[in-house]
Amino acid sequence: MRVELDEPKCVASGQCVMASPEVFDQRDEDGVAVLLEETPGAELLDGVREAVAICPAAAIRLVEG
Amino acid sequence: MTNRGTGMTSTANPADERTARIPEFPMARAAKCPFDPPPALRDEQREGPLRKVRLWDGSTPWLVTRYSEQRALLGDARVSSEVTRPGFPNQAPVKSGSTGLSFITMDDPEHSRQRRMVTAPFAIKRVDALRPAVQKIVDDLIDTMLAGPNPVDLVEAFALPVPSLVICELLGVPYADHDFFQSNSRVLITRDVDPEERWGAMKRLTDYLDELLGEKIAHPADDLLSGLVPRIETGELTRNGAAQMGVLLLLAGHETTANMIALGTLALLEHPDQLALLRETDDPKLVASAVEELLRYLNITHGGRRRLALEDIEISGETIRAGEGIIVPNEIGNRDPEVFADPDRLDLRRDARRHVAFGFGVHQCLGQPLARMELQVVYSTLYRRIPTLRLATGLEKIPFKHDGSVYGVYELPVAW
Repeated sequence: MRVELDEPKCVASGQCVMASPEVFDQRDEDGVAVLLEETPGAELLDGVREAVAICPAAAIRLVEG
Repeated sequence: MTNRGTGMTSTANPADERTARIPEFPMARAAKCPFDPPPALRDEQREGPLRKVRLWDGSTPWLVTRYSEQRALLGDARVSSEVTRPGFPNQAPVKSGSTGLSFITMDDPEHSRQRRMVTAPFAIKRVDALRPAVQKIVDDLIDTMLAGPNPVDLVEAFALPVPSLVICELLGVPYADHDFFQSNSRVLITRDVDPEERWGAMKRLTDYLDELLGEKIAHPADDLLSGLVPRIETGELTRNGAAQMGVLLLLAGHETTANMIALGTLALLEHPDQLALLRETDDPKLVASAVEELLRYLNITHGGRRRLALEDIEISGETIRAGEGIIVPNEIGNRDPEVFADPDRLDLRRDARRHVAFGFGVHQCLGQPLARMELQVVYSTLYRRIPTLRLATGLEKIPFKHDGSVYGVYELPVAW
């Protein structure tokens, strides 16, 4: 599974970092989300799914491949 | 013709009858259930996800009652937050010539451009770094409280000072001015206030922030307002725009969290088994979970988030027409039984992270990491340090903020 982050859509709410700190971080200058792991291991996928669900800007997708 | 037929001719036509049944909004909470959304709002939720309500000006915007439609519409780029657009479902009359409140009343791309100027200090790591300072503020206030009169009003002695001190530090606003900004903020969030009076409060706060910006220009410090100075100098932001932004952050930074502290404490005192969980735990995960559940359960923003449809929007079998108002009361979305099992039960152990207490979409609260951290520190400290904390009056004597856009209590007499 691969994580896609649509950076221009990000509103820097920090929800993804809260849900999945291993996979997401925030840029120092404006808090916009940064992807740390594009293809996270299976043990991290629950956190990523939560991040997808709570991102207020629908900026995160989890796709096959 | 039968009597039934006669009866029909004597009533107005069916369309008028439908109109007459449209309920007034906002609706009143039940006196005996001060933590629950208004019963009438729950009735509307049962009827369907999209209803119509009547506002103070006679207009009949859409009421969005269920979680999934609330998220869909707040996340839809075809809705506007610009309160000055004709037909916008405002809470109360607006004085002509009034503007909104910085970027929360703007649409993208300008909203996003301005919001990103102030998001950095609210990033998770930056906020976490403030945790020890917030812990000290909380501990010091509790020390002072314990050394002072008993009983005491928890709002005045604790709930309001905690977030006010924190946001002052972060923005670079002198806490000594707290009486001034707290009283003017209160006017801004009270619903039944004369438009002139609200305008006056907004002007006083904007002038105050403008003056502070002047001081930051002369003597920049390490705070958020000083961080706006280069933006003013490059022309990215007008000085008035910066002042409005300051008003927004100052207001949102103290009123909301203060109400969560006081109302949350009251809710916990009324649910002693839940309070015991917090008092007896060392587990930061349980504390974090408790904060999410209290946010869901109390949802202190009330009166609904307001939007205007810019295009026709098809949703759940209805068509919201361009130009129609949309009201999203998140307090009822957070009690949607489709999403939260047994939604009216306060259960600190449940996974409530998907709540919409901070709203949803591009305008979702930017200060939420700070609010969460402050509440985690408060809820994990106050009841442990004062284990005998109790209400010093009857629940029926507590004055609730029924008349504001932020729900809570005006006073909370407590003893120990």
